[in-house]
Amino acid sequence: MESIQFTTFTVDGVLFGIEVGAVQEVLRYQQMTWVPLAPAIVSGLINLRGQIVTALDLRQRLGLRPRAAGVLPMNVILRGDDGAVSLLVDDIGDVLTVTPDLAEPLPETLQHLGRELIKGVFKLSGQLLLVLDPSSAVTFQTGRRRAPDDGRRTGAPAPSNP
Amino acid sequence: MSSNDENEEVIKEFLIESYENLDRLDRDLVALEQNPGSGESIASIFRTIHTIKGTCGFLGYARLEGVAHAAESLLSRLRDEEIALSAEITTALLTTVDAIRGMLASIEATKQDGDGDHSQLVALLHRLQSGQVPAAEAPVTAAPTLAPAPAAKTSNAPAAAAPPPPSVAATRVETAPASPALATAASPPVPPAAAPPASERAVEPAADVRAATAVTDGYVRVDVGVLDKLMNLVGELVLARNQILQFVAGVDDANFTATTQRLNLITTELQSGVMKTRMQPIGNVWEKLPRVIRDLSLSLGKRIRIEMEGRETELDKTIIEAIKDPLTHLVRNCVDHGLEKEADRVKAGKDPEGRLSLRAFHEGGQVNIEISDDGAGLNLDRIRSKAVERGLLSADQAAHLDEREVCDLIFLPGFSTAEKISNVSGRGVGMDVVKTNVERIGGVVDLTSRAGLGTTFRIKIPLTLAIIPALIVTSGGERYAIPQISLLELVRLTGAQVKASIDAVHGAPVCRLRGSLLPLVDLRASLGLAAAADVPSLAEADTISIVVLQADNHRFGVIVDRINDSEEIVVKPLGKHLKGIPAFAGATIMGDGRVALILDVLGLAQAAHVVSSKERSKARRTQGTEVAQRRKQSLLLFSLADGRPIAVPLSMVSRLEIFDGRTIEPLADYRVVQYRGEVLPLLDVDALMGTGGGNWQDEGPLHVVVHGDGKRNVGLVVRRIIDVVEEHLDLKKPAQGRTVSGVLGCAVIQRRVTEVLDLDVMLRTEAGRFLLSGQDVAPAGMEQ
Repeated sequence: MESIQFTTFTVDGVLFGIEVGAVQEVLRYQQMTWVPLAPAIVSGLINLRGQIVTALDLRQRLGLRPRAAGVLPMNVILRGDDGAVSLLVDDIGDVLTVTPDLAEPLPETLQHLGRELIKGVFKLSGQLLLVLDPSSAVTFQTGRRRAPDDGRRTGAPAPSNP
Repeated sequence: MSSNDENEEVIKEFLIESYENLDRLDRDLVALEQNPGSGESIASIFRTIHTIKGTCGFLGYARLEGVAHAAESLLSRLRDEEIALSAEITTALLTTVDAIRGMLASIEATKQDGDGDHSQLVALLHRLQSGQVPAAEAPVTAAPTLAPAPAAKTSNAPAAAAPPPPSVAATRVETAPASPALATAASPPVPPAAAPPASERAVEPAADVRAATAVTDGYVRVDVGVLDKLMNLVGELVLARNQILQFVAGVDDANFTATTQRLNLITTELQSGVMKTRMQPIGNVWEKLPRVIRDLSLSLGKRIRIEMEGRETELDKTIIEAIKDPLTHLVRNCVDHGLEKEADRVKAGKDPEGRLSLRAFHEGGQVNIEISDDGAGLNLDRIRSKAVERGLLSADQAAHLDEREVCDLIFLPGFSTAEKISNVSGRGVGMDVVKTNVERIGGVVDLTSRAGLGTTFRIKIPLTLAIIPALIVTSGGERYAIPQISLLELVRLTGAQVKASIDAVHGAPVCRLRGSLLPLVDLRASLGLAAAADVPSLAEADTISIVVLQADNHRFGVIVDRINDSEEIVVKPLGKHLKGIPAFAGATIMGDGRVALILDVLGLAQAAHVVSSKERSKARRTQGTEVAQRRKQSLLLFSLADGRPIAVPLSMVSRLEIFDGRTIEPLADYRVVQYRGEVLPLLDVDALMGTGGGNWQDEGPLHVVVHGDGKRNVGLVVRRIIDVVEEHLDLKKPAQGRTVSGVLGCAVIQRRVTEVLDLDVMLRTEAGRFLLSGQDVAPAGMEQ
């Protein structure tokens, strides 16, 4: 049985993971340049050693409430076909190794939480690990200036462990 | 050098280019299958096939051309959504790609496009085109029967056996002064479509430098990849230098400052040195054109002479690559549509041999390329009706377009006036591609056409894309870079100037700048950072900083919070998430390490509707009608000898001057004065209006209203300048029986009946002979 390694991070208290192969690096908060007229999910541009990287807010992508004022996000830099993209997350976790036998079906309660982004769920000791599909996480309707649910959605908390 | 060598060169280029195109086709086709609705993918595939077909057509590979033509017809129907994409179609198209690849391999090996039988494939393509789905037919393996083409056998695995990367991807670097014609460059490994010199774009690993082997006569062959990498590194160095320069400002250490200055100098020199290695004369691209023109004109029964001027004009390699296709398209267009057949030319009384001229020159940090023919010019009516036919416009809209707008129609996607689809053109691909490609590298194309006399295409492109001078401004707390190339001037209004200069036209803010009105755009509003500033609140401001920009031949002012300074910036492309925002052309990294966005001046203008050509021409059309007469106008008021007031629209006045009466000199029947290095003919408004006319020499200072059409100026001598006023002009027709040419009518201005003059008409009638015959030839006499 082959084990899989995930770079993990939390967003709004939920533990997410992305396969390590898709992740270029993780960084603490970087200064961002805001991009006017951009879709709401684009938080800004960061300078990654001379390379300009678009930072996307994962909370926004998942339809969660915005980060509390003053809390600085961290960067999970993903490799992409056309350059790196940064996902802004709340906190960076460890690299976890899991085995396929821990896989669980997607809980129904995930309905609201950007279900199309979640590739799978692993039951770890004490909590669930939601596996994020990196390419759908950074794909969205670019024509949209603002997430339509923005502000209305209060961000339901993640499913807690049984 | 024999023509054989030349031919080989052309074929080699064709092969390299086609292999690249085929690789892209594979990707595009697969992407299309996954996302069948994507019109963009179809258009891209269509263009690629079209390019291959066009090129192999003039190289004489009939078999290859036949296959490509069939595929193109199929794609054309797909593009027009006449048939829907199905798995059969995709398979057939992929098979076509493989077949083409096989033939290319054969060309590479034997100079022939092989003797494989593709009739089955062509028939299938035709069948699919007519919408018939072959009943349960297995994927056609119309594999060319050629041994050296393994790729062709695997019809369903297109990417499996791509040919080895072309081995000639190197350009020459001049290390000694030599004639530019020698620096023939082979096509680079990067496809021209990836034009932005993305400094972070991974350089192909195939960068084994063959330098050591080919050191002859001061030339070294260097892989293009190495040059690209070098350029990227210089870009990074420029950024680092900028950061250090900013840092040094806060440090009080003479040693450090001196070192920094040296670093600065060296970086600048290194930058220009590396740029130079990438410069190539435009002649490199032009050299291929005579052949194209010759073959094409032969097949069309035309005789064409080609003239070239400025072939040594140098451009950055990426730009040369990017304009290669547009140039070829334009030239083919001139040959196909522009120039008439020999018989028609004779009938029109023209030289039976058509002339096609290419000109290139540097101007204001840009390169201008002109392609002109002495053909029939554009047939505006046919373009109009074609546009209506194609559903691009309604008949009513088309009738209201002016000449320039009609000309612009040919740049719309899917537009073609060719009656029948030929191998050369007529599928409506081409001009839109030309425009897109040129605009992608920050250039503009425009065209002027005169019926019966010919058409001229003008391309303006920047010298280089990688590192550009830019003005840094601040708006809404963020910095933005504006490419210096679009910048005309900076205006700063303070205190009373603000109130005096800011005005509204139809509610939109304008700035009165030296007699002309400049539309204003608030950058914060354009970027959605604030509501559009209304005129009253603008007029309240203490200071206003305006950046005057030029986009597509229109001037407009952008209001910014602060103008910082100008800086060399390294242009970096934006990620795909931000590509769709027209206001931004890219991003750069500033001295402090933060990212700043680069404004796309044209995009900005369009978003703010400053450059809606429709709006402008509507205004132009209504001029002279009641609407225009009711509009507020700036008028210059002066008085005649008998005290009568006269008004002239300020837009017709170039300048107001005062001359010493003693400097007036007689010249034949005119009086002239030396003015800014030219001879300015003077006309007396009193003489023209029949109110006398003085002996000027005795009268001390003379007030002269200078009117000019840009080339020739005329001075109108007036008694006294009264004022400049802003009035709603309610023109009444001049009294019957007494018409002085050039009097528009009269209006009540400042409670007095005032005659309003059209200087253009008046002075042209009067001074026509003088102006026509030129200032060095004295006219025989006045008309009146």
